[in-house]
Order: sequence, then C-alpha cells, then structure tokens
Amino acid sequence: MTDERRTIGTGGQAGRGNRSTSPSSAARSLAGGSSGAKKPVKKAKPSAPKPDAPKAATKPAAKKPAQKSAPQGPPKQEPPRLRAVTEEDAAEAAAAAAEEAARKTRTAGPGSMPAGIPLDEILVAVAQAAQRVLGSDWEGRLAAFVAALRKRLSGDFEVDEFGFDPQITEILTEAVEPLAEKWFRLEVRGIENIPAEGGALLVANHSGTVPLDGVITGYAVKKYSGRNLRPLGADLVFALPFVGQMARKVGATLACTADAERLLTTGELAGVWPEGFKGIGKPFAERYKLQRFGRGGFVSSAMRAQVPIVPVSIVGAEEIYPLVGNVPSLARLLGIPYLPITPFFPLLGPLGMIPLPSKWIIEFGEPIRTDAYEPEAADDPMLLFNVTDQVRETIQQTLYALLVDRGNAFF
Amino acid sequence: MGRVVLVTGVAGTFAARVSRTLAELGDDSGIDRVVGIDTRPPDGDLGGVKFVRADIRTPVVGKVMAVEDVDVVVHLDVNPSDLGRRGGSAAKERNVIGTMQLLAACQRSANVSKLVLGSSTSVYGTSPRDPALFTESTAPQGGVRVGFPKDAVEVETYVRGFARRRPDVLVTMLRLAQVLHADIETPLRNYFANPMLPSVLGFDPRLQFTHLDDALAVFTEAVVSDRPGTFNVAGEGVMLLSQVARRLGKPVIPLPPLGFASLAGRAIRTMGGEMSPDLHRLLTYGRAVDIFALRDIFGFEPTYSTEQTFEQFRAGQRPGVLSGVGGKA
Repeated sequence: MTDERRTIGTGGQAGRGNRSTSPSSAARSLAGGSSGAKKPVKKAKPSAPKPDAPKAATKPAAKKPAQKSAPQGPPKQEPPRLRAVTEEDAAEAAAAAAEEAARKTRTAGPGSMPAGIPLDEILVAVAQAAQRVLGSDWEGRLAAFVAALRKRLSGDFEVDEFGFDPQITEILTEAVEPLAEKWFRLEVRGIENIPAEGGALLVANHSGTVPLDGVITGYAVKKYSGRNLRPLGADLVFALPFVGQMARKVGATLACTADAERLLTTGELAGVWPEGFKGIGKPFAERYKLQRFGRGGFVSSAMRAQVPIVPVSIVGAEEIYPLVGNVPSLARLLGIPYLPITPFFPLLGPLGMIPLPSKWIIEFGEPIRTDAYEPEAADDPMLLFNVTDQVRETIQQTLYALLVDRGNAFF
Repeated sequence: MGRVVLVTGVAGTFAARVSRTLAELGDDSGIDRVVGIDTRPPDGDLGGVKFVRADIRTPVVGKVMAVEDVDVVVHLDVNPSDLGRRGGSAAKERNVIGTMQLLAACQRSANVSKLVLGSSTSVYGTSPRDPALFTESTAPQGGVRVGFPKDAVEVETYVRGFARRRPDVLVTMLRLAQVLHADIETPLRNYFANPMLPSVLGFDPRLQFTHLDDALAVFTEAVVSDRPGTFNVAGEGVMLLSQVARRLGKPVIPLPPLGFASLAGRAIRTMGGEMSPDLHRLLTYGRAVDIFALRDIFGFEPTYSTEQTFEQFRAGQRPGVLSGVGGKA
C-alpha cells in the first residue's frame, strides 16, 4: 500500500515530498530546518488541528478522537428534534447521514490515509452551504445554473443589432436590487404610466455626478413594469472601455436621432436624459434645478415615431455624490467633461466612491401624447420648443412636490 | 446580343468567384463573355473567364476595354492590403490610382453602360460617435482618415464623380460587410484563423458578416438587372467578438487599447499569422449596417443571417483549444 503510494506522483525526486513518509524540503524548512529529513508528516501536523474540534480535525491526525466523538455527536443533536420535522431538518439530517457515511468509508479503509486536504469534508460543507443558500432543491437549481453558464461560455446567446443582451440585463437587475431597495430605499410612483406595450420615450432629469440615476431608472422599469428600458447615452459612454461595452449589453445606444427613432418605431421603451453632462455635473448648490433640455431632439424623435413622452422625475440622485468642486483643467486634460470633487472624494480615496444613502423617489408622470401632431410637425421648431418646455416644466414641478413629500434626504 | 462583363482584380479570391459565377450564368442571362483582369494570374481556376494580364493602374485598361467591347464593368480591385504581398502604400496605389484609371477608361468608352463597384462597409469608419446601424446616407464620424477605410471613401468619391459626368451609365455601389468563408481571403477570416484572438481590453465590438452565396447573388443581380444606387450588403443581425471567440473555442487575449495595433500585430505574428492594419479599429468599436435599402429598393433578401454565416464558417474550422470547456456541439 505504502509502496504503491510512493510510486505515484513525485515520489523519489530530490527535495520533493511524497506526502506519506518524507516531507518536502519546503515542509522541512517550515518545521525548523535542522530536524531530521525523515520526520514523517504525521508528526509534523498534529499541532495544526485544535483538539477540542474533533469534527474539523484532519483525518489521520485526529482519527481516533473523531471516531469516538462520532457516536456522541448525534445524541447532542437529539433535543431539537422535539419540534416538528421541517424540510430543513430533514435536509440537515440527510447531510449528517451523508457525513456519517463518508466517515465510515474513510475509517473502513486501511488506516494509512495520508495527511492532506480533507476533500470529502469540504464536499460535505459545500453541499450544506448549497442547501442553505439555494434551498432543498439545490441540485436542480445548481444544474440549471451550470447549464446556463455553459450556454454563456459556449457563446450560445443572442444579442440584437444594438448589442443588447437580455440575459446579462436580467442578472444585473438582480444585482442592482439591493442597492436600489436597501441602500437607496427606492420608492416608485406612477409605474402604470409606462405603456404595457409599444414604444414610448422616457424623459428624465439627470443628476448625481455619476449617472447612477440611469441605472436605477432602468432597474425600476424592469422590476416594476417588466419592460426593458433602452437608455440613450452620450458618445463618451461608448468611448470608455468596459463602460461602453456594458452599456451596449444592457441595451443602451448612442443618443442620436437615428438610433432613437429606430428604437421607438420598433416599439421599444427608450430613455433619455436631455440635460446630459450639464445635469450630472452641476454643483450641489444647484440641486433639483433643471438645466437646459438639450436642443429638443428627443421631442422630434418621439413625434416622428408617434410615441408618447413619459416625463420621469428622479429625486435622490442629487445627494449621492454632492459635487462641491471641479477641476476643469485636469478634466480637459483627461478628456472628460468635469472632474468631480465631493466631500469624500478624492479625500477618502476609493471609500469616497461609495454613494451616500439618500432616499430615492422615481415618479413616472402622465404620458404626453405626440400622436395628436402630424409626424411632419417634427420640422416645426417652435412646436418642438413648446413641447420641450412642457416636459421640462412638468418634471420641475413634480420634483418640487416629491422633495416636499420625501422630507429629509437621508432619514 | 449578349453583354461583355469586365471584372477587375480577379486574382483575388472573391473577385475570382464573382467572375466565375457570372461566366457560368451564360447566355441565358444575357452575358456573352466575362473578361477578368489583374496584374498577377489567379491562383485557382477561373472557368470560362477570359483572363487578361494587365495593370489597371496604367492606360492599358482602356485598350483592353476597347478591344473586348466591354459593356459592364465590375470593379472588385478595391481591397485592404494583404501584408504578405504588398505594403500599405502599394494597396493605396492599387485601390485609388487603379480606380481613377479605370474610371477614365470608362468615361472614354462609348460602350460601357453599367459600373458595379464592390465597396466595403469600411467607408463608414468606426467610432464611438456612430449610430448603432449605418444607413447608406450616414456620414462617417471617425476612423476613415487612414488605411483602407480612407481608400474606400476616396474610391467612392471618384465613382460618384464619374456617375455625375456620365449620367447615362448605371452605377451600383455595393458596400459589403466582410465575407466570411473559408476560401475567401478577408481580414476577419485571417484573424479568426489564429489560435488565440487578441482583443481590445474593455471593448466587445459588434461584427457583421456576409455569406458568400448572398454576396455572389447580389453581384449577379446587379450585373444582370439594373439596380442603380448605393446598398449595404450584410447578414441580418450582429455578433459580439466575445461570442464569436467562445463559439470558436478560442481564447481572447485582452490587450490595452493604447498601442493595441502594434501589440496585437506582434502577438499574431508570433502565432504565425498576419494582422490586417485596419482591423484594430473595427475590433474596438465594431460596426453594423442597416440592410433596409437592399431589401426594399434593391429587392434582395439575404438568405443567411450573420449568425448563420458564422456557424457555417465555424463548421469548417478546426475547433479551438477551449472547445472542450464551452464549445458548441
């Protein structure tokens, strides 16, 4: 048996251990180099496991205590069985039985198992953890997850011509949920104003130094109305590595009339933040004061596609990174519109990048219909300015009302 | 009375296929003869195509056209440089000067009634300021200042100038996304043939491919019927580079965007290949075109989508090293 083991792997090579009789040179030096080279691993190891933790002890070193404690274990767990046997109890009992069986097979073999990684114990622990996290049908769910992962890895998924990947979006929506619900305590109003089907243009105020409001709005639309929001972003977004790639995958595309009309005419829900960088990069002192609403391009797109405009008012994004300063010269050097200074950034370094936990309210206002106008009306600049002003005023008034409703920004 | 078709650049793999397809059509479709022209003899069999060895960068091309009584010119000698044979400046010379000489000859010729230009979607360039899909009227925002995209833009400008001067000649410009086929030499095919694919760190471009059958059918249609105008030709839909790499079972090597061109070129040379110099921009921002005009105005429905084109291409490829991990069966 031992001879057999010795022939496997590295046995016999100078300076390398064979796990059973001669430790590696590295192990020898760890154990205090001067001691004899023939010192077996079994003696070197017993110091590691705690004597009062028989279950966690490594196999060969604490084999006897483990054997003794094994019968003691179950009786100690008996009292809780007095309560009704739930599914969890059953699962735990099954796991315990599995562990017991594993231990028996281990002890049944000839007593010369080498010290090493306790693989089966790790397996049992993983199984238990999986049970705890995923519930009792964890095997099925894990299999489904692995199948999905395999499909992704094999490239077996589809993206639309904008590069929108619904699977990734699904996962990201789940990932954003704690941030939106627990950190920002998001409240969503007027979700019924988002049409259940057909195109619509969501127009929102923009704030918060980092365009997190776009992410949260996308989350809110997906979570509460079940539709995918297709944000229209500035070209800078698509020039940035990682950001641009991710933006395309969650459905964003460039804010230009061609893309906006393509999305709206195919019945998608497009989102636009017409204030752009003027909105997110405004100082904290000017919070909730709407900036210029672009050049009204969004209205003409909606009119050409004959889809309603849904005004969206977002309260809470202004406080996440209060912008108190700006370094325009450095920003120009880096090719970005502004370089923010907040009370905590760059003072606290990466810690300063944690958004402050403000309370958020997103209200989807009543849709402004554009199908009353002819599509050719999109060429009438005065009409466009009027509708743009109407949308802007609606959002501004809603913002004031929501601010009163919210009260304190953080508590 | 059949027509005589002149195809330029027939030593190229794609032009050779187009000329052969046209020759095989025969008299039924009104094509009498197909004349192929290039500076070097083609590698493969040209079938019934009459090959003339001549340089379109010289006025000789005018004589060839006069002698052969050419009615239709299919200009396919606009190609990215293939590093193995010629450098970038030689490619520019061939693309731009060749086109100028050819157009000069066409303008002199009394016979020529139709010009079909095999252009490329490279004319749109590629930049982060581009719309998701290019239509035929979209102006390029960036990425057409150097290399092949610049050549393609200049060639199209000259062809438009020619169309203005000879309004009696029908001009069809076909902007093709790269043909993906094991036998057709294109920058992307060569790139996908590498065992590992250098990619730009943080970018996942959208790519579009044209199926060879569709490309041949479009050119045939343009020669046989009258379809003046400019049309995008590509398979429906897009694929991401990451998706393509995973399906091929080939690992991507993400390299930083700064200096990507030289790093990737070096990496590919180490693997024994060559990288087309204009590919790095495409691999950064990607490019996709709208084929609405091809469908509704030209009247051609591509048989294969981008994904189907790719799957057919993949079936003929040796599986990559990662196929065991996630490769599709």
